[in-house]
Amino acid sequence: MTGYILKRLISAIPVLIGISIVVFLIMAMIPGDPATAILGSYATPENVAELNRDLGLDKPLVQRYFIWLSNLMQGDLGRSFNLNRPVLDEVLERFNATLILAGTSFVLCSVLGIAAGVISAARQYGIADKAITFAVLLGISIPSFFLGMMMILIFAVNLRWFPVSGMWPIYGTRDIWALIDHLTMPALALSVVATGVVARLSRSAMLEVLRQDFIRTARAKGVHERSIIWRHALRAAMVSIIPVLGIQAGFVLSGAVYIERVFQWPGIGQMLVDAILRRDILLVQGGVVFVAACYVLFNIIVDVAQSLLDPRIKT
Amino acid sequence: MSAFLKLLARNQLALAGLIVMGIVVVLALLTPLLPLADPDVTNTPARFTPPFSEGAWLGTDHLGRDLLSRLMWGTRLSLAVGFAAATIAATLGAAIGIISGFYGGRVDNIIMRFVDVLMAFPYILLALAIVAALGPGLMNALIAVAAVNIPFFARNIRGITVGIAHKEFVDAARLAGLSDAKIILTEILPNVLPVIVIAMSTTVGWMILETAGLSFLGLGSQPPQADLGSMLGEARNALITNPHTSIVPGVMILIIVMAINLLGDGVRDALDPRLKSGALNRPLPATLVARPAGYTAPAPDGEAVLQLAGLETQFHVGRRTYRAVGGVDLQISPGECVGLIGESGSGKSVTALSIMGLVASPPGKITGGSVFYKGQDLVGAPYERLRSLRGRRVAYIFQDPLATLHPLYTVGDQLIEAVRCHRNVPKSEARAHAIELLRAVRIPNAADRVDSYPHELSGGMRQRVGIAMALANDPEVIIADEPTTALDVTVQAQILTLLDDLRRDRGLAILFITHDFGVVAQLCDRVAVMYAGRIVEDGTVDDILAAPAHPYTKRLMACVPELGGGRRRLEAIPGLPPVVDNLPDGCAFADRCDKARDACRQGTIPLDPLGATRRVRCIDPELQEASA
Ligand code: SF4
Repeated sequence: MTGYILKRLISAIPVLIGISIVVFLIMAMIPGDPATAILGSYATPENVAELNRDLGLDKPLVQRYFIWLSNLMQGDLGRSFNLNRPVLDEVLERFNATLILAGTSFVLCSVLGIAAGVISAARQYGIADKAITFAVLLGISIPSFFLGMMMILIFAVNLRWFPVSGMWPIYGTRDIWALIDHLTMPALALSVVATGVVARLSRSAMLEVLRQDFIRTARAKGVHERSIIWRHALRAAMVSIIPVLGIQAGFVLSGAVYIERVFQWPGIGQMLVDAILRRDILLVQGGVVFVAACYVLFNIIVDVAQSLLDPRIKT
Repeated sequence: MSAFLKLLARNQLALAGLIVMGIVVVLALLTPLLPLADPDVTNTPARFTPPFSEGAWLGTDHLGRDLLSRLMWGTRLSLAVGFAAATIAATLGAAIGIISGFYGGRVDNIIMRFVDVLMAFPYILLALAIVAALGPGLMNALIAVAAVNIPFFARNIRGITVGIAHKEFVDAARLAGLSDAKIILTEILPNVLPVIVIAMSTTVGWMILETAGLSFLGLGSQPPQADLGSMLGEARNALITNPHTSIVPGVMILIIVMAINLLGDGVRDALDPRLKSGALNRPLPATLVARPAGYTAPAPDGEAVLQLAGLETQFHVGRRTYRAVGGVDLQISPGECVGLIGESGSGKSVTALSIMGLVASPPGKITGGSVFYKGQDLVGAPYERLRSLRGRRVAYIFQDPLATLHPLYTVGDQLIEAVRCHRNVPKSEARAHAIELLRAVRIPNAADRVDSYPHELSGGMRQRVGIAMALANDPEVIIADEPTTALDVTVQAQILTLLDDLRRDRGLAILFITHDFGVVAQLCDRVAVMYAGRIVEDGTVDDILAAPAHPYTKRLMACVPELGGGRRRLEAIPGLPPVVDNLPDGCAFADRCDKARDACRQGTIPLDPLGATRRVRCIDPELQEASA
């Protein structure tokens, strides 16, 4: 197993290098003088000269990439001039908030989606199946940002069940209950689309598995139907569900950008949008590289989970 | 194509999606011609007019602009941008995919590595990075969304191109000296075009949503121009005081995306062959029973442990009905081994599965007859009753244990489960029993093997596990459905010997389904020959081997060499078994029988007794009663 994890980690290195190149190239597309673009039009000539020296902006592209990469390896993502703090500090702090939001949504969409899919398949063409199928269609069609706004309107403004926005109460203690209070609505809004996708896929994966010979064998043994569905069929269906969960993690992470905006959640999505609008290039660059790298690592975890689940995968 | 459209039309939801989308598109196209207020004229005194007001059906926004007009123009813009992004992504992605797939090798490798890297990003990060570089704006948002989706198209189209690039017609074109560009344009492109169009139709909704999303964040369309996303984004500030300004554009996005999704689902379903064939139907826990009203079960035979009486099982696929089992009578006494022999498609396996209600349903259905276990009718018995008998009193051994054992559980777990679903014993005890069972079926190193997964065992070992599982609860009857067919000759002989020994040691009754007379000769006391869903002859193995009475049995035997000669021999009978959805009148074998005459094709030919222990369904049997 350790060998397999190691192998997967090593195979991720080219992807990570690829990601750094892509991000670097996109940022190099910025028209005009990069130092001015980074510092904004109020920069003094001294500022520009200093930045040019630090980032090697006066050097050729390839050389610049390696300077940037070696800084990156040392955890130096540069400095945000707007916020006047190191990019990495800001990114880590914001990513923490995003992780809480997206992580909760990811768990929600996995659990709810798989449960809905399994129930739907087990009761194929029944009332539960039809209801779930309709809910799924609605769920994958509604833009998450619109859903979030409607949730605010109904559950925060009218019913007053949850606070309108933010991650923490403005006054009062910052404990787990305060967090859950603020987290519930954005996490739900963010998970809806992914839940729909997971439910759909789980349903068809289950239907596929339920026709397999080994299910008939289990029935011939006298295994109870409940156990056929949740033990035999689901276990086999998970083999095709897990990779989709990996993809959904990316979608949840992406959707977080909108949801953070709607709910004023101080996450990395908000940070990126603000940074783009303020043209804080280094912050965008650092944030994108960081999150993309985390996502690659997360997918390794997914692969490892898959290999734990399926003994046929050579580890 | 027209069949495809018909199928699409039958899917009412897809049709609804198509109609709604049609209306939206037409309205968007007509917007400039409609008598609408100017969407960009502000009128601050009349800000936030509620909907359904005089002169402003949908009200006005925070600058007093007419919402209906803005909605129409915004929809137009959103649709245009979404379609444009989809077209750009599809065109570039397809071009990359075709080149990659057509040339293969190094080119393919480099391109696909690059595509992999792009797909390793959560898509929005890439879009945000592009917008960050190009600056906010609708055009840049469009470029970003298109760019992010290129890898998806490239990968899909590449896969299909690879499949086509080595077909004969492409090779022929190459030999004919056509240039690569010409081959791509005339041979490859027409073949991948439908896929491109379908991929586009399923992603365009997504692209509309994505560009709207970027606009919502303030990174897309810039004021005063507005698409649906930026309308929603601007309205967000007034969400609590004037929700209608948010609801109007939001609902519009919802309608568009949902219509496209419905249509996309319809297209997907129409193209999925599995849906038509019913291959995605979930089999119920027990086969459905639909015996004719007023059916009364015949009196069961007191001696038989298992008795089939007039069993009928059908498959309903679409409007066709396949009579897989058309009235089978069969008895198995305790400790007896009965062979059920026939070609594939004769209904022998369906007969075996019907006994414990294991025929997949839908499409299977038991439409008549009874199955008595010790005098008690199992057809129509409550599920819980069936379940408690399955594996405990009547156990199955199936063909091809690689497919019939669960691939993800160890054989030990599966054996333990077999024990524990009928007996409430602690896991450790069940495990000890599992190891014992593995020993009983002569698996060496049973204590180690118990933790193996099925794929780690050889075919013969797996089948031994299958037998061990059947023995787990000391059943009275074992139904073995071609248990040796997938195995090679030596292993086949070992498994048969094992079964024979077990049966003698434990006094098991066995129903042995096979197409192989050699196996029957080695193992069985009696045999029933099945043809087209019916038994055409039965009797003791010795009698039938000595002198087959039915012409079909004779043929079957004539082309069967010794044990385990493989599967080819049944094909040696000229002609094919009849399709059981359309059985001819009279003898089903008539088309292949040398002795067929007019009388054979009339009425139903009964299974008549022939001597004391035999029955045969033929008006001109190979041997007459006198000599039997
Ligand atoms: S009934 Fe006629 S056709 Fe059928 S097997 Fe007998 S002789 Fe042949």
